[in-house]
Amino acid sequence: MSRVMIYKRFERFWHWFQALLIFALLFTGFEIHGSYSVLGFGEAARLHTLAAWALIVLWLFAIFWHITTGEWRQYIPTKSGLFAVTHYYLIGTFTGAEHPYRKTTRAKHNPLQRLAYLFFKLMITPVIWLTGLLYLFYNDWPATLAGVLELETVALVHTAAAFAMLIFIIAHVYMATMGPKLTSLIKPMVTGYEDLEDTR
Amino acid sequence: MKRTAWKYLSVRFGRLAVHVALAGALICSGLSVYGAGRPPATADHSKFETLKGPFENAQAVTEACLGCHTEAGAQLRETTHWTWTYEHPETGQTLGKSEVINSYCGMAITNEPRCTSCHVGYGWEDMRQSPPTADNAVDCLVCHDTTGDYWKFPTLAGHPTDKPREWPKGSGKVVQPPDLQTIAQNVGASGRANCGSCHFYGGGGDGVKHGDLDSSLVDPPRTLDVHMSPEGLDFACADCHTSWGHKVAGSRYQVNAADTLGIDVPGHTDFSRASCQSCHGDSPHPQQKLNDHVDTLACQTCHVPEFARGGVPTKVWWDWSTAGRLDGEGQPITEYDEHGHPSYLSEKGDFRHGENVVPTYAWFDGTVKYTLVDEKLDVNHPPVEINRVEGSPDDPGSRIWPFKVMEGKQPYDTERETLLATHVFGADDTSLWSNFSWPKALQAGSEMSGMPFSGSYDFIETTMHWPITHMVPPAEMALDCASCHASNSRLAGLPGIYMPGHNGNIWLDRIGWLLVALTLAGVVLHGVMRIVLKGRKPS
Repeated sequence: MSRVMIYKRFERFWHWFQALLIFALLFTGFEIHGSYSVLGFGEAARLHTLAAWALIVLWLFAIFWHITTGEWRQYIPTKSGLFAVTHYYLIGTFTGAEHPYRKTTRAKHNPLQRLAYLFFKLMITPVIWLTGLLYLFYNDWPATLAGVLELETVALVHTAAAFAMLIFIIAHVYMATMGPKLTSLIKPMVTGYEDLEDTR
Repeated sequence: MKRTAWKYLSVRFGRLAVHVALAGALICSGLSVYGAGRPPATADHSKFETLKGPFENAQAVTEACLGCHTEAGAQLRETTHWTWTYEHPETGQTLGKSEVINSYCGMAITNEPRCTSCHVGYGWEDMRQSPPTADNAVDCLVCHDTTGDYWKFPTLAGHPTDKPREWPKGSGKVVQPPDLQTIAQNVGASGRANCGSCHFYGGGGDGVKHGDLDSSLVDPPRTLDVHMSPEGLDFACADCHTSWGHKVAGSRYQVNAADTLGIDVPGHTDFSRASCQSCHGDSPHPQQKLNDHVDTLACQTCHVPEFARGGVPTKVWWDWSTAGRLDGEGQPITEYDEHGHPSYLSEKGDFRHGENVVPTYAWFDGTVKYTLVDEKLDVNHPPVEINRVEGSPDDPGSRIWPFKVMEGKQPYDTERETLLATHVFGADDTSLWSNFSWPKALQAGSEMSGMPFSGSYDFIETTMHWPITHMVPPAEMALDCASCHASNSRLAGLPGIYMPGHNGNIWLDRIGWLLVALTLAGVVLHGVMRIVLKGRKPS
């Protein structure tokens, strides 16, 4: 076993700041949607817009980081071991089985994680952003766009993507507790360090 | 709508720069608010020999005015204030007080000289004729008296009283003839009370007709009207309703529903300030998202949250069909509601009054179409729309406007299926208010208006739309977002708008929340099983 830096400083900052912003966006977003009334529509809309811009800026940095560090390769999907990991979460975890995946700094996400995060990054988030920006700049749509697209369609897709985001987060937060101990997987996301088995 | 990116940026941030500059200027000026301000007059009318009097009657004052203001009389005769007719450029209808029927006392033509007491002239006693043509028949004082003592007596076809008279009839209060000498020497620009002497009392009493115009606007607190309040800007009506050769801007028949000219700059625009945008422009809010609403909403929709807010109620329901009921001794009856407002008068039927009334909202392009007295009604589908506001969400010139919707029941000809003008006022044997007989009053109305009457009549429900634009409180009292962006939205039911917070798709919500609940349940179940089965070692 050796103690290695698995989540670098920027990665941790990105993760947690993104988490904060997404929670804020979900909370204000569902208020704007009319699900409840806490802040008031105007304040909710203002904070929602503010958090959205902050998240976009954060992502610009994150994309740059992923490209320059090559960390984007962590999300390339693989079939190898996918069945074993799925089997573990469905059955093995109850029978006391060991997690079948051995993470390394170059492959720190198990095959299921890779799929989930890739879906998050390439589907949920882009759809939310695209519809969100269309929503925000509704008044400035060029005539050609206004002729073919209804605000209602944009709003419904944005809402659907928000539900997907909420579901992702519930599952993600729960699965973060599924290490050997409740906090085993969360701690490295805070400190950056994890004890990994020597693979070489 | 198509914009280049550069133009877009320059517009968005250009506006921001303007707002920053404006905010800076405001701060530099010590956040002070200046009133409309009046330049000192160049003439002191008390020094004019010709105004020394004494005056035999009000026409004599007019003659004196016209001695210097040589064109004023002719100018005034050209205006709707004089002709009471209006050729609508869009609908081709001939409207105006002398033509339309309303849901209050019906038509002016069957009720002179009561109605013509608000004509800006003297002695229009027979509306089948044009207004009197004598030069001195124009009433200068009703608009230009600054003493407040000039009053056109309600039953004298525009004349003030020339001797002490009791008003209201039977009240014991006596109205003295005005001191024309003092009044003539104190003429000036029109103030709120001048315009208000007629426009606040339309429909037969204070606040009855419009809902956003009543005597509370003579001296309104800032919370009632931020522009007209002496605590605020102290605007006269004429500060917005600018005039040009006595023609006053702002029409209820052809409203400027979407002023896209923006701030009126001399030499560039139309010199009319009778729209909010004339002074405030079309992007007046510091928050861009609020400005994004101006292509859908009239300013008034958010900025006049309620009308009849000054303590004067407005009539919202008038059922003429119950008029004429008398007590056991054959005397007319008066009943009051719990607020002390009349709820029944034998002369007029049943009423409902409203204060702090939430407007009704509708798409409006500014054009108002009337159901004229000779138009055939769809009697099987009441209510009859006495007037109809045009506009639609697909029309770029339409905005959502607030309205007072006046409702009630009024007489119609059951055979000819037309509305009927009522002869309500007059010291004769046929007026409803003298003899409480509908057949006589309707027959007389028919003879006076020239509209046929078959003799059989009934009452039909009617509605009438009155655009709301006055009684603008300070901005902090404007509607908040959730007044519309909520499930119980003020704009509920209006076509062509998707409002976040109000609209949505019930199935998307059901499926979305179901999936969220299933995920949560799955997670909880999985977690519980982990705890229950904890410690089991693999065999």
